[in-house]
Amino acid sequence: MNVPWLTILMVVPLAGSVLVAFLPKGRGLLAKQVAFAFSLVTLALTVAMALQFSADSAERFQFVESHPWIPAFGISYAVGVDGISLVLIALAATLVPVVILAGWNDVDEGSRGSVKGYFALVLVLEALMIGVFAATDVFLFYVFFEVMLIPTYFLIGRFGGPQRSYAAVKFLIYSLVGGLLMLAALIGLYVVSAQVTGTGTFDFGALVGLEIDPDLQKLLFLGFFLAFAIKAPLWPFHTWLPDAAAEAKPGTSVLLIGVLDKVGTFGMIRYCLEIFPAASEFYAPIVIALALIGIFYGALLALRQHDMKRLFAYSSMSHFGFITLGIFVFTTQGQSGSVVYMVAHGLSTAALFLTAGFLMVRVHGSSLLSDYGGVNKAAPVLAGFFLVAALSSLALPGMVSFVGEFLVLLGAFERYMWVGAVATVGIVITAAYVLRVYQKSMTGPLKPGLEGMRDLGGREVTSLVPIAVLTIVLGFFPAPLLNVINPAVDRVMSTVGMTDPTPTISSTGTSSEGSGQ
Amino acid sequence: MTELMPAEGVFSLIWLLIALPLAGAVVLLFGGRRTNSWGPYLGVLTVCASAVLGWLMLLAMLQNPPEERTFDQNLFTWVSVGGFQADMAFQLDQLSMVFVLLITTVGALIHIYSLGYMAHDPDRRKFFGYLNLFVGAMLILVLANNFLLLYVGWEGVGLASYLLIGFYQYKHSAAAAAKKAFVINRVGDVGLSLAIMLMFVTFGSVSFEDVFGAADQASEGTLNAIGLLLLLAAAGKSAQFPLQAWLLDAMEGPTPVSALIHAATMVTAGVYLIARSNAIFDLAQVAATAVIVVGVITVFMGAIIGSAKDDIKKSLAGSTMSQIGYMIAAVGLGPIGYVFGIFHLLTHGVFKAGLFLGAGSVMHGMNDNVNMRRYGALRTVMFITFITFAAGWLSILGIPPFSGFWSKDELIHAAFEESVLVGVLLIIAAGITGFYMTRMFIMTFLGKARWEDDVHPHESPKVMTIPLIILALGSTFLGMALLFWGDIESWLEPVVGFESKEAPLSTAATIGISLAAVIAGVIVAYVMYARRPIPIEAPRGSWLTRAAREELYGNQVNQVLVVTPTLVAAKAATSIDAKGIDGLVNGLAALVGAISGRLRRYQTGFVRTYALSMVGGAVIVVLALVLVRAS
Repeated sequence: MNVPWLTILMVVPLAGSVLVAFLPKGRGLLAKQVAFAFSLVTLALTVAMALQFSADSAERFQFVESHPWIPAFGISYAVGVDGISLVLIALAATLVPVVILAGWNDVDEGSRGSVKGYFALVLVLEALMIGVFAATDVFLFYVFFEVMLIPTYFLIGRFGGPQRSYAAVKFLIYSLVGGLLMLAALIGLYVVSAQVTGTGTFDFGALVGLEIDPDLQKLLFLGFFLAFAIKAPLWPFHTWLPDAAAEAKPGTSVLLIGVLDKVGTFGMIRYCLEIFPAASEFYAPIVIALALIGIFYGALLALRQHDMKRLFAYSSMSHFGFITLGIFVFTTQGQSGSVVYMVAHGLSTAALFLTAGFLMVRVHGSSLLSDYGGVNKAAPVLAGFFLVAALSSLALPGMVSFVGEFLVLLGAFERYMWVGAVATVGIVITAAYVLRVYQKSMTGPLKPGLEGMRDLGGREVTSLVPIAVLTIVLGFFPAPLLNVINPAVDRVMSTVGMTDPTPTISSTGTSSEGSGQ
Repeated sequence: MTELMPAEGVFSLIWLLIALPLAGAVVLLFGGRRTNSWGPYLGVLTVCASAVLGWLMLLAMLQNPPEERTFDQNLFTWVSVGGFQADMAFQLDQLSMVFVLLITTVGALIHIYSLGYMAHDPDRRKFFGYLNLFVGAMLILVLANNFLLLYVGWEGVGLASYLLIGFYQYKHSAAAAAKKAFVINRVGDVGLSLAIMLMFVTFGSVSFEDVFGAADQASEGTLNAIGLLLLLAAAGKSAQFPLQAWLLDAMEGPTPVSALIHAATMVTAGVYLIARSNAIFDLAQVAATAVIVVGVITVFMGAIIGSAKDDIKKSLAGSTMSQIGYMIAAVGLGPIGYVFGIFHLLTHGVFKAGLFLGAGSVMHGMNDNVNMRRYGALRTVMFITFITFAAGWLSILGIPPFSGFWSKDELIHAAFEESVLVGVLLIIAAGITGFYMTRMFIMTFLGKARWEDDVHPHESPKVMTIPLIILALGSTFLGMALLFWGDIESWLEPVVGFESKEAPLSTAATIGISLAAVIAGVIVAYVMYARRPIPIEAPRGSWLTRAAREELYGNQVNQVLVVTPTLVAAKAATSIDAKGIDGLVNGLAALVGAISGRLRRYQTGFVRTYALSMVGGAVIVVLALVLVRAS
């Protein structure tokens, strides 16, 4: 029996959001409970689907559905997942219930936006996030890509801090510019497909391997790439991110930076590389240079931030540099590492923003480092989770972020030795800024005024535990991720026509389980 | 050739060596307050159980002939992508065996001692949790059968060290020292990361078996590069020049931590790394020479710093740097030196742990004062501490028949076999060792009491003195035991190789000269500190003394060469971001705003009008594209 898994995954949160939106006013608690329940059902369904996924399948996409939508333009509602989109959907489905639980009291009745509004928007966003990763029709992808902006815009602009309106508009304009470029490239791509094959199509499978004139390919590549480079923010397209992160609710930031921005890096590996392989190769040196700049630029700025939320935003920019680097060095280690890094970064961003959010809520919402100090004394459990988040962010071996970061660096090193070597130096600055935050906020004498600070409560701990457990368990046992990611990356590599460099000494490299020398 | 044996019998429990202390750490750190009462005992028990298991494995290993003492246990595939594979797999051979015994046995003694030392600390559950985490991570480090897994232990011990240096984290100084240690160690970790990558690029594998098995096929340039990167890693972890600056600050941690992590075990991981990678260093002359140079420089830096510090722990930390310098220099000598580097590492691990715990016992009686100028005459009130410290003192001096004599003497003799210069330098440093350790001994235990008024020194409880006594016995007999009964040379030979050359000096002459140098140092210290009263305020001292007190300006050098440039770059980037990039963006926005003010009359507010103009724009873009293509 063919279960339309992916459609169900989108319909469930969407139905939840409608239900929440139509609840009577003043039933805030009920709205939260309903939203949480729907997000848990979505997560359970995602797990059920993931268990059906066959890593060694010969089919590129699984759980495929396709229905004509606008036949005149060859547009269909076509969805399906490979290993890469599967893990990103799983990431989104995991983070939404976490965010709902963590943000339980972030919105009060009678504040600017209504309680049910916030939770309804989060569920809408979940449906769209799943859709954007599941789409196998490029036009459908574009629609999800753009429509996602609407709930995000309201989540920042309605429920954010004092400068929320500036931040939301800045986010929107940046994204619209990127989206418009992509739209133009998309139409161009359609025209090309019509010229080459006779019938225009937006079907991803048909567009892969399309013979596109190299010059035109470069132009179309840029349209897609710029949209993605703004979304995942790559230097110098990043300045919307610190503002958005500083103004948004912690939960919004988690979804924005942890999942939404991954659409950018996902788009690079799925669309830029596979549809425009020649152009990708042509632009790789420039992209790698931007990624390297981003790694250090973000890290250096993070070293000087006084506001935790802005600091985490710049640190994410640095991490996005690593992810983009891994994609454009064209090695299996680099690309698999990038995808693992996307998941790991989603988890570490969630841990950082949520713990910082729990901290801020206790001190009148201040995110300034100077307002904190010695918190470990008053709230050791909170400090403990903060430390785990910090260590995950600096990619301590034994955490899943290490697996991602090391593979990215290894992949870069084997292709361009010096690029890999320079990027590796970034891990020192990462340690410096991450531990600086921990030192300033959690250690030292307790800051006057923080004496009575409550430690984390049951709800807060419950929301953080799954993140911490996943971070550590996948660090020691990343096989569930790598087993599904590797085949997908192998396909990308073969579409692009690249292979890993062979070791200098090729006679070895046999399994280390050998029985003797 | 060595043969890889399947992990059967007691060796099927290699994983348990690591799992026991880690399980303890998990229970203590995540169990919360309800484990406060019994948690520390669980911590002690798990490490003791690991130690017992370790000794059982030694007994079992002795049943096998030397070439069948390498046991391999592969649990599961850890990271596998394309041609890259790293397993969760362990290897127990003669080299890791001695480390396992050192880590678990000294670790167990220090755990027991801490029951007394930390008895009144409100956070002692966490302390034991971190200590257990350390033991587990250190065991991963020495038992890994590939470099990536070694890296997990490598940064794992760094994390434990970070947590324990910053244990008294309500103190700014402790928190800052912890961060400093981690960040400087990360510089070393860059070396380890790059070495691993270069190994993969060269050999297509990062397992010990594949890398060492094919080392002779790699070019010498590659091997030198790998060797130098491994040296960078070793310098970070083992506080060797130029990454030495964190170790003295690390004394902010509780004293048992200084004994276990920053003297006996973790800081010797660099020596392990180089000895383990002997297949590479044997073929990488440049790297091996660099190892010797770094070791010898640090021997002197540590000894000079140790001679000037009045803080007993910092003086001991200088001594640790210096002694590890000896070991590093030894493993740089190649097959002549590996076994003696490890031999000295083992005896040092025991006698230095004893010295640090002795210092802790002294501090325990002196209200945690570390200033030796306020000690003196403590032999009268803490006799056991005095006697056990004396054993450590004689051992580090290298007085026969104490443990340090055998290892240091063999080490210096091996250095003469390779290079007279290195041998002479190491003998001179032995003289300085005689000076600073005697200075410490006199200032602490002999002479007149210079105690502060409210101090009432007393001997420590049995739970602390018994480990001291055991370590003192080790400081006295371990050297002989390892050399004559344990036959350390042939024990380690299958793993690290062993050869010996004709030295320009006979063994007896080496012993004579180095003993003379040590005794000269002792006499100078005796004249300066036992014959004259010791002022409570430190005199200004010579330029060398002042430089040594400033730790030979290591911090200032780091500040000027690394920290300030980084902060300047960060400042520049911040200003580029605010005024440059974001300035441009906002300027553009303002411009658009101004223009749109004029265009406002075209804005009808009807969605359909906007949609039409968007479609219009898109059509223009498409037309342009088609035109470009057509032309």
